[in-house]
Amino acid sequence: MTERFTFDMIGLYTILHKEVTRFVRIWTQTLLPSVINITLYFVIFGSLMGNRIGDLNGFRYIDYIVPGLIMMSVITATYANVVFSFFGAKFQRNIEEMLVSPLPNYIILWGFVLGGIARGLLVGVLVSLTSLFFTQLQIAHLFLTISVGVITAILFALAGFINAIFSRNFDDINIVPTFVLNPLTYLGGVFYSIDLLPEIWQKITYINPIFYLVNAFRYGMLGYSDVDVSIALSIMIGLSVVLYITCIYLLRKGVGIRS
Amino acid sequence: MKALVIRNLKKTYDSGLVALKGINLEVEQGDFFALLGPNGAGKTTMIGIITSLVTKTAGEVIIGGHSIDTAVEKAKAQIGVVPQEFNFSIFEKVIDIVVNQAGFYGIPPKQAREKAEHYLVQLGIWDKRNNQARLLSGGMKRRLMIARALVHEPKILILDEPTAGVDIEVRRSMWAFLQKINEQGTTIILTTHYLEEAESLCKKVAIIHQGNMVENTTVKQLLSRLNTETFIFDLKYPLAEKPEISGCTIVSVDEKTIEISFGKTVNLNNLFSALSERHIEVMSMRNKTNRLEELFLRLITTEVAHD
Repeated sequence: MTERFTFDMIGLYTILHKEVTRFVRIWTQTLLPSVINITLYFVIFGSLMGNRIGDLNGFRYIDYIVPGLIMMSVITATYANVVFSFFGAKFQRNIEEMLVSPLPNYIILWGFVLGGIARGLLVGVLVSLTSLFFTQLQIAHLFLTISVGVITAILFALAGFINAIFSRNFDDINIVPTFVLNPLTYLGGVFYSIDLLPEIWQKITYINPIFYLVNAFRYGMLGYSDVDVSIALSIMIGLSVVLYITCIYLLRKGVGIRS
Repeated sequence: MKALVIRNLKKTYDSGLVALKGINLEVEQGDFFALLGPNGAGKTTMIGIITSLVTKTAGEVIIGGHSIDTAVEKAKAQIGVVPQEFNFSIFEKVIDIVVNQAGFYGIPPKQAREKAEHYLVQLGIWDKRNNQARLLSGGMKRRLMIARALVHEPKILILDEPTAGVDIEVRRSMWAFLQKINEQGTTIILTTHYLEEAESLCKKVAIIHQGNMVENTTVKQLLSRLNTETFIFDLKYPLAEKPEISGCTIVSVDEKTIEISFGKTVNLNNLFSALSERHIEVMSMRNKTNRLEELFLRLITTEVAHD
């Protein structure tokens, strides 16, 4: 193990530890709301309305929406963690603690991304446990389910990081989640199958990246997907690579963090 | 090897503001170096470039033999920085802020805790280690930033207005601490508005004005250029009339206080003899202005006149 590797790992651990400590300290804002939201979804769409909707593609409605709801929680938690934490560090200027240190850019990026993944996956686990009060969880492909969860968290952690880099005030960090992420999530097939949509909306849905990860995750849990899972995975991994390169480029240029 | 070498450093911000117009500076290892200049002179920009928070437009910065262009990580490992504004998370605990900073410099957690304890004790805020940083007083926050900057034991410590807004007692204790670590071998570069601070602490001084280096010399040499000094004398008895003493300019402040300005040629013993001959009893005397302040203003004014 080289000295450089040890140095980087200590730096990475420090950022990750700092991030986890932060979101655990304010768990009523970072963990609890997801559990409450998901409980409401299960009560309303699962128990109350779900029983009247009947089956969807051979699954009980509540079982059909569970994967999408878990994904929705992971996406929201991961994105929010990175965007709030990195912008908060910019706002309070404590990002300078890292910028003046010899930490390389990719370690700073991975520190925040891993922090986001940690919160996203923890929320995913809590939401999954909550769902046990309403239905029995099925896992058709365990490895795929975990992989899709992790790739989703990476993708939205990177997206949150870019949002934070360009944000100049607290309004800016809410614009994308409110006007982009929420519509894409609700229209990404969480609550319905694409087969139910008119053809034009089906085509439009294919340009929504969240549609692919919801379906890939649904395939991992239920063994059913509206799209080919290998295509879904390729799109998710491809997007993650593009966002990662963008993040590194922005950090190297010092956009939003150096004058 | 020099602790810091700056060559032809220039910075123009996107707004068009030219902050640095070609600064050259060399700081020897072990120096206690003062960087002076009025507000907007370019001091903070220069520190920003050295610490890589600001990107330079042109020029070269070499820290401990490592260029920030070719070996930025090695260069950054040499320095600890105490910025002008508080820049820590106010919600984090004092101990966590210092320990995390050590982690950013590759120091393992156990060792980081030991070093954090050492510096927090040295700076007198160990008993506040479990408090959130927002609960500290202004002076404590300054000391926290010094502990944070020192935790990785840098070869060069850069302090941007470190004693701004702290009371005299804390300022004096911080001076004593900085002198101690300088004696232990840490090179210190200090910007300050308190010229008394620079005169008391620093061996060398550079003055920046409007992005240019106006002066770069030792404090001693700079002060030797001062031709006249003014002292205030508190007298035992009221003066009937203002005395006349050859080579001195005397101004009456009130009936028991006079200001006497005199050149370097005047011997203080002769001055006191002249006062005694006139039956003037001096109870106490003090320097009217900070000597460096006088020179500083003179240099800045000259620059403005040249502009």
